[in-house]
Amino acid sequence: MMREETLIYEISRPGRVGCALSDLDVPATEIRNELQEKYIRERLPLPEVSEPDVVRHFTRLSQRQFSIDTNFYPLGSCTMKYNPKVNERIAGSPGFAMLHPLQPEETCQGALALMYELERYLAEIAGMEAVTLQPAAGAQGELTGIMMIKAYHRSKGDDGRKVILVPDSAHGTNPATAARSGYQVRKVPSNARGTVDLDALRELVGPDVAGMMLTNPNTLGLFEEDVIEICETVHEAGGLMYCDGANMNAILGRSRPGDMGFDVMHFNLHKTFSTPHGGGGPGAGPVAAKEFLRPFLPVPVMDNIDQEYRLNYDIPLSIGRMHSFYGNFLVMVRAYAYIRSLGAQGMLEVSESAVLNANYLMAKLREVYHVPYDNLCMHEFVASAKEHKKRGVRAMDIAKRLLDFGFHAPTIYFPLIVEEALMIEPTETESKETLDAFIEAMIEIDRESKEAPEMVTNSPHETTVRRVDEATAARRLNLRCVGE
Amino acid sequence: MKDLSSRSKLSYLPLTDADRALMLKTIGVPDTDALFEQIPKEARLGRPPDLPAGMAEQDVVSICEGIAARNRHLADLTCFLGAGAYDHYVPAVVESIVSRSEFATTYTPYQPEASQGVLQSIYEYQSLICALTEMEVSNASLYDAATAIGEAAVMAYSVTGRSRVLVSKAVHPHYRQVLRTYVSGLDMQVEEIDYSEGVTSAGLLPARLSEDAACVIVQYPNFFGCVEPLAPLTEAAHSVGALMIVCVDPIALGLLTPPGAFGADIVVGEGQALGVNIGFGGPYLGLFACRMEHVWHIPGRIVGATVDAEGRRSYTLTLQTREQHIRREKATSNICTNQALVALAATVYLSALGKNGLSHVAELCFQKAHYARDAIAERDGFSLPWPAPFFKEFVVKSEKPVSEINRKLLDNGIIGGLDLGQYYPELKNHVLICVTEKRTKEEIDRMVELL
Repeated sequence: MMREETLIYEISRPGRVGCALSDLDVPATEIRNELQEKYIRERLPLPEVSEPDVVRHFTRLSQRQFSIDTNFYPLGSCTMKYNPKVNERIAGSPGFAMLHPLQPEETCQGALALMYELERYLAEIAGMEAVTLQPAAGAQGELTGIMMIKAYHRSKGDDGRKVILVPDSAHGTNPATAARSGYQVRKVPSNARGTVDLDALRELVGPDVAGMMLTNPNTLGLFEEDVIEICETVHEAGGLMYCDGANMNAILGRSRPGDMGFDVMHFNLHKTFSTPHGGGGPGAGPVAAKEFLRPFLPVPVMDNIDQEYRLNYDIPLSIGRMHSFYGNFLVMVRAYAYIRSLGAQGMLEVSESAVLNANYLMAKLREVYHVPYDNLCMHEFVASAKEHKKRGVRAMDIAKRLLDFGFHAPTIYFPLIVEEALMIEPTETESKETLDAFIEAMIEIDRESKEAPEMVTNSPHETTVRRVDEATAARRLNLRCVGE
Repeated sequence: MKDLSSRSKLSYLPLTDADRALMLKTIGVPDTDALFEQIPKEARLGRPPDLPAGMAEQDVVSICEGIAARNRHLADLTCFLGAGAYDHYVPAVVESIVSRSEFATTYTPYQPEASQGVLQSIYEYQSLICALTEMEVSNASLYDAATAIGEAAVMAYSVTGRSRVLVSKAVHPHYRQVLRTYVSGLDMQVEEIDYSEGVTSAGLLPARLSEDAACVIVQYPNFFGCVEPLAPLTEAAHSVGALMIVCVDPIALGLLTPPGAFGADIVVGEGQALGVNIGFGGPYLGLFACRMEHVWHIPGRIVGATVDAEGRRSYTLTLQTREQHIRREKATSNICTNQALVALAATVYLSALGKNGLSHVAELCFQKAHYARDAIAERDGFSLPWPAPFFKEFVVKSEKPVSEINRKLLDNGIIGGLDLGQYYPELKNHVLICVTEKRTKEEIDRMVELL
């Protein structure tokens, strides 16, 4: 059993410092002559630790952590694919990492060219024309896209559209984004196949609908087969179609949201384009849009005039600025390197392997786990532990038990329309051997659920801590420690 | 059939042809095309995407190095430009820790038993940010300072039920632009408060305040580098029940009294200065801290300490019923992915520098900036427009256009200060100069000589 890791404050001792700093090389001025007494800080309760203390502390913390580089990570809708090392090397180059965002444009033509080319690549993959790289994450991409839809309607003098349609299988960010943009959310039910109920949609659209947000493939891992009719239905009512691009990995290079009828979408560079997720960011959520939405892109936009790149702020109908500068540039550099590495053919191989891996897992696991939507899947599928629940074993327990086998858990209890959901996305970078080992673990857990359910319900047993008491965390808030 | 030469480029894809054949057989389909039949024909691209061909690793490196070589970077140029992005020294220990792939290649810590490393580091981050700002609760990070201000304004709206946002004109112009975008869909109004003599006018503020004001937003030090009079500004905001939102430079808090000590309700800030690459503007780090009484209104992730089934101290994401994946359209924010790895960099930075190091860095910045200011003030054709106290950035008025000065500096390998006339028409020929601890006396003297 591993012991608790001490907190950085607990190893603090007065007088230590963890980085050697320069001496002052200019004549000193008396601070009190420049600043009023009450603006001069009295106490600074930060820890005092040496450099070896810092390194050992954080290295030990890193060892209490699952990651792609250490574990299979089939977290549905998160596309936890391998993050190529060469991308890290490139992003660390001083020619990218040591640029000031406001340095003269003539001194950063390489950075601007890279952004411009990445925009072109993403436009091609989206089947749309206009791209902004500014959004810092998928949810911010959604906010950007929905604000563009709002600005579009407003530019037509149409202020009466107050509703965004969101399927009941959608990511939580979709309704949250619509609300944050000042829209009401109207839920669209799924049909028995797990896709949007077209008849219900026809009842729900109308002159009050600004648009619809749709993830395709959806969160069940199913391609929305009626997507063209869905887009037509919303368009006929005057609404626009937003594509949540979280699941682009399934259709990379094969099918484009723009061709399906979507007007605007976001990408997650930290999912589809292999940039590391960092334990919850930084990501990047570029937005692509059809030509008629270009006037509403956030500022600045990239201009290319005879291979001279510049940032253009003169966009009268722009929704405004979304980021302090231009977005998560070093994430863009990694995604650019990834696209250049794989190329056109590589994109096709990515989606092919991602879908093949998911279907293989589904075919094998269907023998022991209930799979409510029994079609072929795309890059992920949803199993249900509802049969296991009858034995007292829930999706949560299966997730925790998987950790003992060295596998990260699938996404659980999502999408909301599946009882005891286990949403599994293997990605294309996993070998058949890894998938087989995962299948064996799932079969073993199923067996345990019948023969020794407490082995599952008391899990995990092998992790750095046992089951964490989340209820106590929320009831007795302890959100920081306090130093001297 | 693909030949070996194309497959050999795909080192990230482990399936062999033999694997594929076996897997297709298990699935019960003849080929992989069958797996994509659920895509209607009209929605298929039907041709390869129009992208460059893939290439070997060494060729990607060489192409990208070629692009990087078209940039002039701060390892070669001497930078006196700040304005929200700072050339501070990044200790090697920070890079070493954040490049550990256990941290870099993991997801948001949804399964606490598999994520104690990230969760504890975020708990420590929250502790350090609270200590630095003298606030009671910090979230796990937002995208950057601009979006943190936007989120703070929306939070003030939900806490107070009031819709008027007052923001100082001495707040970074980009942050004010993002603020306007962020509240544009909601029933909120943004109004700007003038500055006078380089700081937000504490005299003008009361006249603009009334019972419908949700918040007052200032920056500390402000965009001009000046130290805002937080005491009277906070008092004025509180006198009408508005929340005081202060956007900080965390390095400055090594020397300046933190906003919490003046009664600020929400402290936001740009964390890039805390050991994060300047990186052409991102990824950066949005700091966000507030009072415990408002904890249920906070946007974004929060980590709490708790125990495991055997009573051991452990950590988990908490207060998740505020968040989009539970609360959906009623969430406090739509944010999901934030800037966790950047927050880790800040955590390592604040730990390594600690109490003594951070105040030392702050004092170096302060002293060198004052040395530079005094040296410039002695040059003919330059004057200081305002007497306000400042930290590491200051404004100088020049008789020459700023573009002319900066052209000469750039020709000599120096990036000059920001031309304020771009953002403030009344500040034509005013330049905002930044001096961090990285600038040596020699570099400062050389820059001043070239003016």
